[in-house]
Amino acid sequence: MTSRSRLPFFIGVFLLIAAGIALAVWRHIELGIPWLAGEQRPVWMIEARVDFEGNEDPVVASLHVPEQPPGFRVLSEQAASPGYGFSILGKSGSRRAEWTKRAVSGPQTLYFKAQFIPDDTAKSPPPDREPKARRVFWEEPQATAVREILERAEARSSTPESMTRELIRLMQPDTRTQNTTLLVAEEDYLNLLVDMLNHSGIPARTADGLKLRDARRRQSLMPFLQIYDGSEWLTFDPESANQGIPDNLLLWRQGSDSLLDVIGGDNSEVSFSMLRQTVPALQLMTMELETNGLGLISFYELPIEEQSMFRMLLLLPLGALIVAFMRIVIGIRTSGTFMPVLIAVAFVQTTLIPGLIAFLSVVSIGLVMRGYLSSLNLLLVSRISALIILVIFITAGLSILGYQMGFNTGMTVTFFPMVIIAWTIERMSILWEEEGAREVIIQGAGSLFVAICAYLAMSAPLAGHLTFNFPELHLTILGIILLMGQYTGYKLTELTRFHPMKVYD
Amino acid sequence: MGWISPRRLNRLGMLNMNRRNVDYIARYNERASYPLVDNKLKTKLAVAEYGVKTPSLLQVVRQQHEISHFREMAEDLGGFAIKPAKGSGGKGITVITGRDEDQYIKASGARLAGAELERHLTNILAGLYSLAGTPDVAIVESLVESAPSLAKYSYQGVPDIRIVVFQGYPVMAMLRLATKASDGKANLHQGAIGVGLDVGTGKSLNAVQFNRPVALHPDTGLAIDNIKIDAWDQMLEMASRCYEATGLGYMGVDLVVDANQGPLLLELNARPGLAIQMANGLGLLPRLRTIEDLKRPHFTPWERAAFAMDTFSAA
Repeated sequence: MTSRSRLPFFIGVFLLIAAGIALAVWRHIELGIPWLAGEQRPVWMIEARVDFEGNEDPVVASLHVPEQPPGFRVLSEQAASPGYGFSILGKSGSRRAEWTKRAVSGPQTLYFKAQFIPDDTAKSPPPDREPKARRVFWEEPQATAVREILERAEARSSTPESMTRELIRLMQPDTRTQNTTLLVAEEDYLNLLVDMLNHSGIPARTADGLKLRDARRRQSLMPFLQIYDGSEWLTFDPESANQGIPDNLLLWRQGSDSLLDVIGGDNSEVSFSMLRQTVPALQLMTMELETNGLGLISFYELPIEEQSMFRMLLLLPLGALIVAFMRIVIGIRTSGTFMPVLIAVAFVQTTLIPGLIAFLSVVSIGLVMRGYLSSLNLLLVSRISALIILVIFITAGLSILGYQMGFNTGMTVTFFPMVIIAWTIERMSILWEEEGAREVIIQGAGSLFVAICAYLAMSAPLAGHLTFNFPELHLTILGIILLMGQYTGYKLTELTRFHPMKVYD
Repeated sequence: MGWISPRRLNRLGMLNMNRRNVDYIARYNERASYPLVDNKLKTKLAVAEYGVKTPSLLQVVRQQHEISHFREMAEDLGGFAIKPAKGSGGKGITVITGRDEDQYIKASGARLAGAELERHLTNILAGLYSLAGTPDVAIVESLVESAPSLAKYSYQGVPDIRIVVFQGYPVMAMLRLATKASDGKANLHQGAIGVGLDVGTGKSLNAVQFNRPVALHPDTGLAIDNIKIDAWDQMLEMASRCYEATGLGYMGVDLVVDANQGPLLLELNARPGLAIQMANGLGLLPRLRTIEDLKRPHFTPWERAAFAMDTFSAA
């Protein structure tokens, strides 16, 4: 490679690393895949209970259910109501759960459960059609009173929002004038507000909110006022004039006229129970993926069997990264370039200590047996083949022995790649003959050290979580490995190796 | 365990493993030329055309059944060396110096039964010593009779001279002397002594064993600070010629001085080690850069050798 061709290389590497990280961050934000494995998210489980009295007639019970309340995302919905037909109907701007049954008598209870995830970024979709202020007719003397109050509110305000706030304040008991008392006495206060706002040309409506508090039963909805400011619906507390949706307030109903309609029943009422649950963020993500098209780069779509295979496979690049780092930057000598990764993979399945004991005993017994094989004067290929069979015997023997002694970890020896072990034994034995025991120990210890490092990296829960849930991070690993391939600096071990050069400096 | 800072190493111009691999081997050595140096048989044939002498080839054992012929041939020979054609780092080389009835005597004095030698050949054919474990052939060469002036410094084994040749210019050289610790082999990491040689004159500069400076050979007790290699210019030219023969830009050329035939090429190495710098007490980088910066390269091996003797002389 000439020095001129390196710039595109570095740009490419940079792009790889950046793409990996950017994709991961994007998916974290967009899909809510957590960075940490153990992350918990709150989920509100809300149950609406509809009670009514049946009187032998066909019944249609229709409950408004939230579609997209601001500040929350709907995770799941289900209805429990034996013997009833159930469906969810979406009509313009209103989503209703509808229970139906031919003949109903006696007290009836219907349940609707939904799970909500708090999400600050969630917003209600903008209305399809621009809402228009309704025309309201007032009769005297209300008309005069309304006009007078609206004029006062208008005088003190500049925008629809401030107008609304001022109007609410003027309607409060401590600021009421005679006119307002007259109005409030005759009509429901909230509807009056809505009517007055519409009269003054501001589209307004009512909404119902549910205060979320853990483990509450029989809660009812609190009324809220909403006005349209030209782009979205703004929510106001009709008593305090506070603008915005308070924390832990779920707007159950907005933009629909009625909360509950029951045809064919009497004494209908709706009440709410709620429970705060914490769910692992990851589980939440997989539940959401089913309804979300963004989960394309995800292994959760695969069958479980393949998933567990990929879980293992996706750890390999991490092991390769460790080996590359240890060999290129640190300069540790290993026997066989990627044997440490294979040993580490076996360790991941056996856990470290049993795996280490098993590996060391298989290799040392194998070395002894190889010593006998070499005196038989065999051809190389048949010697290795014989060694593979012996290694299998050794592992079987160790497994049985371990099992008899009460360690079921003995069985885990079988995870080691037999052919690799046989080759390792052969190479170590030759190394022993040619270079002496020292070199065998250096390379063997180097291999084991690198294998243990790779094992520690690969078995970390975070590593498993990140590699599986953010497979795009492998692009970053690839970039780093490519970058390391260009490292021309000193290895750490060379600083020791070249130490005697101090004399000549 | 001592340390040296990377800054001091840079000042010394020490070439390190990663830079050697990326900036020199990968850049200057054509992959296609590797088989030529990784296979000693091919090396012998290739350099012969360029007038570089090698120890004479006695026999090539290619097939298992040819091993019996080998024994017949070995009957009439005094000494010989068996080498795996694709071996590296001196692995699998067995030097037989004589016979004692049915047994062969190794250079170290150890005795070897005929059957053991045949097993060794079998191993070579199966590829035990070859770089990628591929099947190999065994070559049987006549024994090099080391020039006595040099042989006296070495314990048992034949001393050899490693010259690093960069783009056809010999840039650094060292003499390798076997010791008891190295079991008669000239491998530095096994304990052989590396003696840095002045490219200009062929005189010894500095010696190390196990990377530590030494003044006397631990086994022969001779001082190694005033060795001079005979026919030095001829050796440099030979090393330089190997560039034309192989096309490898960065390589190690291993030569021996035979008592009768003069300098002979033992083998070529496309990935020469870094220990030569320790033996010389000098980093390779400044010399490599001098060659890289040459505006007009010299075209004949002799010109290049002369240029190197001029430029890299210690005097």
